[in-house]
Amino acid sequence: MKRSFAVIAVAALSLIAVGARAQEEAPDAPHQDWSFAGIFGTFDRGAVQRGFQIYNQVCANCHSMDLLYYRDLGPDGPGGGIGFTEPEVAAIAAQKQVDDGPNDQGDMFKRPGKAQDGFPPAFPNIQTARAANGGAAPPDLSVIVKARGKGLEYLWGGGGPDYVYGILTGFKDPPPAGFKVAQGRYYNEYFPGHQIAMPPPLADDAVTYTDGTKATLSQEAHDVVTFLTWAAEPQMEARKRTGAKVIIFLLVMSLVLYLAKVRVWREVH
Amino acid sequence: MAATPSTVRTNSKLIRWIDRRLPLFSFAQNELMDYPEPRNLNYWWNFGSIAGIMLVIMIVTGIFLAMQYTPNVDLAFNSVERIMRDVNFGWLVRYIHMNGASFFFIVVYIHLFRGMYYGSYKEPRELLWILGVVILLLMMATAFFGYVLPWGQMSFWGATVITNLFSAIPVVGKGLLTWLLGGFAVGNPTLNRFFSLHYLLPFVIVGVVGLHLIALRQHGSNNPLGIDVKGPQDQLPFHPYYTFKDMFGLAVFLVIFALFIFYMPNGLGDAQNYIPANPLQTPPEIVPEWYLLPFYAILRSIPDKLLGVIALFGSILILFVLPWLDTSRVRSAYFRPIYKWVFWLIVIDVFALGTVGAHRPEGAYIVIGRIATLYYFLHFIVILPLLGWFERPLPLPTSIAVAVTRKLGGAIPAPTAGAE
Repeated sequence: MKRSFAVIAVAALSLIAVGARAQEEAPDAPHQDWSFAGIFGTFDRGAVQRGFQIYNQVCANCHSMDLLYYRDLGPDGPGGGIGFTEPEVAAIAAQKQVDDGPNDQGDMFKRPGKAQDGFPPAFPNIQTARAANGGAAPPDLSVIVKARGKGLEYLWGGGGPDYVYGILTGFKDPPPAGFKVAQGRYYNEYFPGHQIAMPPPLADDAVTYTDGTKATLSQEAHDVVTFLTWAAEPQMEARKRTGAKVIIFLLVMSLVLYLAKVRVWREVH
Repeated sequence: MAATPSTVRTNSKLIRWIDRRLPLFSFAQNELMDYPEPRNLNYWWNFGSIAGIMLVIMIVTGIFLAMQYTPNVDLAFNSVERIMRDVNFGWLVRYIHMNGASFFFIVVYIHLFRGMYYGSYKEPRELLWILGVVILLLMMATAFFGYVLPWGQMSFWGATVITNLFSAIPVVGKGLLTWLLGGFAVGNPTLNRFFSLHYLLPFVIVGVVGLHLIALRQHGSNNPLGIDVKGPQDQLPFHPYYTFKDMFGLAVFLVIFALFIFYMPNGLGDAQNYIPANPLQTPPEIVPEWYLLPFYAILRSIPDKLLGVIALFGSILILFVLPWLDTSRVRSAYFRPIYKWVFWLIVIDVFALGTVGAHRPEGAYIVIGRIATLYYFLHFIVILPLLGWFERPLPLPTSIAVAVTRKLGGAIPAPTAGAE
C-alpha cells in the first residue's frame, strides 16, 4: 500500500496548493514576523494595545468593528482581553459618545460609552459611508484578517496579516511610471488592481504611543495588524493551548491503543 | 412467539433480568462483540466506523450550534461570530463542525474508493453499495445547505450558482427555481428553509446508515482478497480484534483532525466566507468547498448549461449502476492486473478534476478539465465493462485462512483457479 499513500499524498498536495487564493494582478505581500504565528504563538499584548490605540485614533474614523465590544478588551473578554484592567476599559469606552434610547420622553440621546457597548459605527449607514469615501464603503474590520486569509498559511501567520500589513505599507506616491491612477484612487502595490480608494492611513508619527514606542510606519502597521488579528480571533490563544493538550492526549492514546492492538492480534498473526 | 433465553455472558442478575425482557445486552454482545468479521481486514476498513463516528460528531456539534444560531439574513453572519466569541467553547464547537464537514468527506471518499479497489459493490453487496451512494448524495446536500448558513459571500453566491442549475431544466426550470428559493433570488426564505433542511437531512442519513448496516450484516464485510468467507477459520470476532484495530485507527485519525481544528481551523475553508453576504457584489471567484470541486469541474467542462447539469448529476448517479458496469467477477484488485492500474487512473482523474474545479476555466484548465471529464465517464461506461471481458485475473486463493497463514498477501500460487 506504500504506492497508494504516495499517490494520495501527491494528489492531496496539489489540491492544497490550489487552495491558495489567486491574488490577481498583485504580488503576494512579503511575509512578516508575527508574535501570534506558529503552534505556540501568542499575541504580543503591548503590540495589541498599541494597535488598538491606532484603530481607535485613526482607523475608527472610517472603519467600523461591529463585532467588538469594549468589554472584550478587559479581563472578562473572550480569550482574557488584551491586558487592560476593568477601570481602564471603562475609561477607554467613556471617551466615545454612543447612541442610546429611546428615553422616557421617547427621544434618542447620546451618552459616554460603557464597557458593555459595542464599538460605535463610523458612519450612520452604508450610504453615508459610500458618499464620504468616493463610492467605496470602508469595510468592517472585525474579521478582516480572516477574510483576507490564505488557507493553510494562516497557521504561520501568513496570508491575512501579511496582506493587511502589505496594504498599510504598500502605498506608492508617485505611482510607477506609466501607471494611470484614477481620480480619488491611490496606488497600492498589494491591492488587486493597484487602485485603492483608501488614502494612506498611516505615516511616521501618525500617533503618539502612550508607552513611548517610536511610531514609525512599519511599527504602526505591525501593531494594528496584531490588534486586528486578535480582534478576528480573540480565542486564538485558548485554541492553541487546548490544541496542545488534546493532541498530546490523543498521541498517548494512539500509542496505548497501538500496543493493545498488537498484543491482541499477536496470537492470530 | 417464544422468547429465546438470554445468552448474555454475565454474572449480574440485574443484567440477566433486563436482557430477558429487553435484549439490549445480548444485542450488543452479538453485534459488537461476537460478530464474526473476515480475519484479513486491513486499515482501509477502518473508515466505515470512522464515518459513523463523524456523523455522530457532526450531529452533536450541530445541535449545540443550532441553539445559538439565527437563520435570518441580517443576523446569521454575526450570530455565527458571536458563537465564536461569546459562547463558552463556541469556537471549539464551531471549528469542529466546520472542519468536521471536510473530514467527514475525506473519510467517506476513502471508504468509497476502498469499496472500488476491493470490489465491495459486487454481488451480493449491490444494495449495500447503492445505499452508500444514497448516503453520499444526502451528505452533499446537507453540506451544501450547511455552507449557506454562515451567510458569508461564498455562502450566498455558492447558493445562487448551485440553485441556478435548476433553471437549466427546460420549460419548468424558472418556475421551479423560484419555488425552491421561496422568492426570485436567494434570500431570507431560502436561508430559513436551508436551515430547516440542514437540520433534517442528517437524521435521514442516520436512517439510511441503519439500512446500510442491515445490508452489510446480511453478507458481512468484504475483505482485501475479495473472496467469500468459507468458515470460522476465516473469521475473527469483532471484539477484541476489530474493536482495538478500529479504536487505534480512530485515534490516529483524530490526531490529524485535531491538528486542523486547533492549528489550521480555516485552512480548508474559503476566506471569502468571512465577508458578510452582499447580493450586490460578486466575489472574484465563486468556488464550492473542496469536496465538491471535482463535480463542479465536470459541470464547467461542458459548454452547454443543461448538458453540464446532466453531466454533473450523471457523474454521481453513475455510481448507482457501478455494480453492473463492472463485469469482472473477481472482486479484489489484488487479482486484477489491469484494473489495479485503472483504479489509480480514476483516482488521479478525480484529483485532476478537483484541481481544475479550484481554478478559473482558462487556458490549460479548460483542456485538462474536458479530458478528465471525458475520462471519468469513459472509465465507468467503457473501460470497466470491457475490462471484465479482456482481463485475465490471477488465480484466487482457496480461502482467507490459507492466504493469511501463508502471509503472502496478493500473488498467491493457489492450487485451484477460482476465476475463469
